[in-house]
Amino acid sequence: MSRQTSSLFSAALLGPALLGAVAKLDPRAMIRNPVMFVVEVVAVLTTVLFLRDVVTGGGDLLFSGQIILWLWFTLLFANVAEALAEGRGKAQAESLRRTRTETTARRLVGAGPATETVPGTSLKVGDVVLVEAGELIPSDGEVVEGVASVNEAAITGESAPVIRESGGDRSAVTGGTQVLSDRIKVRITAAAGSTFVDRMIALVEGAERQKTPNEIALNILLAGLTLVFVFAVATIPSFAAYAGGAIPVIVLVALFVTLIPTTIGALLSAIGIAGMDRLVRFNVLAMSGRAVEAAGDVDTLLLDKTGTITLGNRQATAFRPVRGVSEGELADAAQLASLADETPEGRSIVVLAKERYGIRARDMAGLDATFVPFTAQSRMSGVDLDGSSIRKGAVEAVIAAVTGQPMAAGGGSAALAHWPEAERAAATEIRAIAEEIARAGGTPLAVARDGRFLGVVDLKDIVKGGIRERFAELRRMGIRTVMITGDNPLTAAAIAAEAGVDDFLAQATPEDKLALIRREQAKGKLVAMCGDGTNDAPALAQADVGVAMNTGTVAAREAGNMVDLDSDPTKLIEIVGIGKQLLMTRGALTTFSIANDVAKYFAIIPAMFLGLYPQLQALNVMGLASPQSAILSAIIFNALVIVALIPLALRGVAYRPVGAASLLRRNLLVYGLGGVVVPFVAIKLIDLAVTALHLA
Amino acid sequence: MTSNGWIQIALYCAVVLALVKPLGLYMTRVFSGERTFLSPLLAPVERGLYRAAGIDARQEQTWLGYAGAMVVFNLLGFVLLYALLRWQALLPLNPAGQAAVAPDLAFNTAASFVTNTNWQSYGGETTLSHLSQMVGLTHQNFVSAASGIATAVALIRGFARASTRTLGSFWVDMTRATLYLLLPLCLVMALFLVWQGIPQTLAGSFDATTLEGARQTIAVGPVASQVAVKMLGTNGGGFFNANAAHPFENPTALSNFLQMVAIFAIGAALTNVFGRMVGDERQGWAILAAMGVLFLAGVVVTYWAEAAGSPVLNGLGLTGGNMEGKEVRFGIAASALFAVITTAASCGAVNAMHDSLTALGGLIPLVNMQLGEVVIGGVGAGLYGMLTFVVVAIFVAGLMVGRTPEYLGKKIEAREVKMAMLGILCLPLMMLGFTALATVLPAGLAGPANAGPHGFSEILYAYTSAAANNGSAFGGLSANTPFYNATLAVAMLAGRFFVKIPVLAIAGSLAAKKTLPASAGTFPTHGGLFVGLLVGVVLILGGLTFFPALALGPVVEHLAGAAGQTFATGG
Repeated sequence: MSRQTSSLFSAALLGPALLGAVAKLDPRAMIRNPVMFVVEVVAVLTTVLFLRDVVTGGGDLLFSGQIILWLWFTLLFANVAEALAEGRGKAQAESLRRTRTETTARRLVGAGPATETVPGTSLKVGDVVLVEAGELIPSDGEVVEGVASVNEAAITGESAPVIRESGGDRSAVTGGTQVLSDRIKVRITAAAGSTFVDRMIALVEGAERQKTPNEIALNILLAGLTLVFVFAVATIPSFAAYAGGAIPVIVLVALFVTLIPTTIGALLSAIGIAGMDRLVRFNVLAMSGRAVEAAGDVDTLLLDKTGTITLGNRQATAFRPVRGVSEGELADAAQLASLADETPEGRSIVVLAKERYGIRARDMAGLDATFVPFTAQSRMSGVDLDGSSIRKGAVEAVIAAVTGQPMAAGGGSAALAHWPEAERAAATEIRAIAEEIARAGGTPLAVARDGRFLGVVDLKDIVKGGIRERFAELRRMGIRTVMITGDNPLTAAAIAAEAGVDDFLAQATPEDKLALIRREQAKGKLVAMCGDGTNDAPALAQADVGVAMNTGTVAAREAGNMVDLDSDPTKLIEIVGIGKQLLMTRGALTTFSIANDVAKYFAIIPAMFLGLYPQLQALNVMGLASPQSAILSAIIFNALVIVALIPLALRGVAYRPVGAASLLRRNLLVYGLGGVVVPFVAIKLIDLAVTALHLA
Repeated sequence: MTSNGWIQIALYCAVVLALVKPLGLYMTRVFSGERTFLSPLLAPVERGLYRAAGIDARQEQTWLGYAGAMVVFNLLGFVLLYALLRWQALLPLNPAGQAAVAPDLAFNTAASFVTNTNWQSYGGETTLSHLSQMVGLTHQNFVSAASGIATAVALIRGFARASTRTLGSFWVDMTRATLYLLLPLCLVMALFLVWQGIPQTLAGSFDATTLEGARQTIAVGPVASQVAVKMLGTNGGGFFNANAAHPFENPTALSNFLQMVAIFAIGAALTNVFGRMVGDERQGWAILAAMGVLFLAGVVVTYWAEAAGSPVLNGLGLTGGNMEGKEVRFGIAASALFAVITTAASCGAVNAMHDSLTALGGLIPLVNMQLGEVVIGGVGAGLYGMLTFVVVAIFVAGLMVGRTPEYLGKKIEAREVKMAMLGILCLPLMMLGFTALATVLPAGLAGPANAGPHGFSEILYAYTSAAANNGSAFGGLSANTPFYNATLAVAMLAGRFFVKIPVLAIAGSLAAKKTLPASAGTFPTHGGLFVGLLVGVVLILGGLTFFPALALGPVVEHLAGAAGQTFATGG
């Protein structure tokens, strides 16, 4: 999927859009949009009347012909807007569809190892297929055996391969992606037609688009306004009759069509489709339009600390020896223990030792050293060399190892009771240093050599640059941020303070997350979160906006209502912005559309009643040339304004993270006041053109 | 325009504003069921009433129950009043020996008083017995007002409550509104008016000998009591045909001032009740500010137009203000102010003939009513009408802050929008639809006394006044015909209940929702920005619909007058 933003009116899109616009004139399609359906009804009606007049030779054919032409243009422009919005998605869907149809699959017969070759589309849920390097994965599934690097560029647009392996949180594979190395067995989890790619295609094409709650409410408002104007216009003939005259039907139609909210009616569905499209371009797939709207309403963001708020890895920032040990000695031991440690934390210790004390990397083999890897049981790693052993690890784990006692819960000092005074003092000192580090947001890593405490390495979470400012932005938008972390409360509090989040949840279990979401929701708040693991699934399902990482498990992807193809949790912030933009665009264009009516009244009413009461010329504040040119100008403006606003509808109103009050002030000024003023100017200009061209 | 006139207007606004807080506090206590200084006296009466009616005061109703109780109550009131009018000749307290009221007029009058409209197709002193006036009309003046206040209180509860199905009890709200609010205020006001010279007697009339020696029959009756509630309850139905222009209904400048204050007092204070009940008084002030802006704009235009006088006469060199149809004891400022107040609120009492206002001076009362009488408005009706506009305004503009629109922590969704639009749609349908009918049917065309745009205005005004439940008459229209009586009655009933029921539906739907906590991302609804937005939405949504009709009525009349053109009668 290409990420470049294609020009709004590129020829490749415009051609099909124009064709699509004509096809959409089908009343069965139009009825989904009440306002434009009404326009179509009156357009058909006046066209029939016009044809009758052509035959009988009555009426002002040039004038009514032009009005009717512009009525049809109004309809076409509305359909072009929608077709353009859909067209942008269609182009993306096309390339996706190609990947789907061409795949074949090697299905395991029975328990294997024999396979049979079948078309990818004939696979059923539960089938197990074998995929080797160079082949396309035929459908969505879960890796049940093996590990492979997979190119997911077809879905994510990211060409760097990703690792997919059985078990764990990276087992989900997507149909249409390519295995680059090794071979994997995949159990199919999606039936043909409901795979991820199928859903993406349906989404970007807008085929399965259902009206969102807010759209439905807006449609009710627009239908109501249309009815109000039916009353306003349908009663005019009797009023005119009382005044001793008659108003031609075509003029009544012109007034009616200009008054009803055609601008927003025409652009409403385009705005919705474009909003989804913006997300897709951003490599996020929303499973429903409802989710996008909900994103705009989010009050609370749950953000995982690691990867979102901090850089993924902790880094060593200081060596803190106990009394009687020099920093250099501690650094040397820590560096030795970390030489073979390939974790980012381990490497950062080596880097720090070199930077701070000039301790160079040593060759492990030359030292005749044995590396002791980290295990979940020992919670330590280290190295044995020259009969000496160095250990580093969680403070309590190291203390337990040194004292030969099992780890005491909470590090109780009972275990140390039989120990020499010096060792006891050192252990107490280590604990004190560790707590100090933890309080400052670091992770303490104790180091011991041959049963002697040396000190503590301070591993720090590095908060991402600029994240503090982002959270300040969110706060101005009225969104509360909550950091989720497995750290202890002390560390969490320090990082929360450094990053500037509003709240944090420390030592968080999946249950805690779910409980937090429920708590927020009980207060009436909408919650957004992202997650990837199977144990995130309940929380993802509970959240109002649940963004699943594409790298995550099938369970997580099913539970969320959005999938981030880039698996970048920071995006949650942008997703909220896109949701807000969608709602704002709708509101802005509705306001604009309704505000336009003032000028349209002033254009048409004097023109309409001039024959009855010449005094009403005083209401012609725009000084339009003639009644006919005034009416024609109003209807031309009404049609052209749709075209003029298509780019805005597709691009969305610019969203800036400022408070609601200043946003509203700005938008009311631009779209409310602007909506009142702009048509006065534009109708006058059109009138000048119409008069110059002798159209009326 | 004189400084004296402006001082009167300013003084009026100051007095009304000063009343908002104390009255609002008192009403909040009354409708929250808390103790007030009148409780020792009234609480036993209240309990007795519930016992007699078999009402459990703690039994709350859902919106459907509330609306059902209201409709049943009003329907029974309608039947009772209709019967009373038809049989008044057979009933006591009929010293002037008035005959039975004709069926169409009785229907129209019953609809009129039950809907708090008080449109009067009849002359009170020549048609109705004292019993009809006191038991029939004055009774409905109280309960129709109380029913309006109750609806507003139910809507306020919809905003103030969360996650509940009930809106309170219609019976309790009705009883409290009448007992704690209307009766005490009316008692005080009636006594004040008696002091000012308004009669309060059960005698029918007395004969006087004029200076020329002729004998004149002067009608009197229990006037003060009816005048008090007609103003406080924004009913507007006068005891006499001339309404508040009659010296026995409005004898002095002071009585005039008090009556004007009484029209706005409860309606304005209800905005404060709203603010208090939703827990943020600023919300109430914002609503009142929007009303105030629209009101002052109306006053300025009308006063200016009346002070400038008729453009036709000005064109003939006759300068000076327009005193036609005005009482000299009130003058231009107090008459113009009264005209705007009575149509802004759905009172409909008049102290000058609106038919004789200048074209633009008469335009404002028309517009006031066409906006749905949301400028202070009828007691209760003004607030719930304005809140209906608030729902629409918030829905449209609220989206512009990038959230699903919410007001006071309540999300405004499809159901609220649908109901608000139903309420808003009803008025143009009634006002424009019936005017369109009357301007083409012979039965309708027989009505207006004037030709040309002014005759059109007379018809438009009648249906506007009826549908908006105002009840003021432009005059000039012979409305006591079966056609007008029937169509106006329909307009009044629709204008009342097709607004009230959707409003209660909104209240029910809102009460069931959670209240979302406000944040920096929430649309602020207590500042000038919101006030401006609300005024804009009221004018564009409520007002623009009537542009064509207004253009053909008062606007063209004014423009023609400025050009020296008049329209011959019977043309």
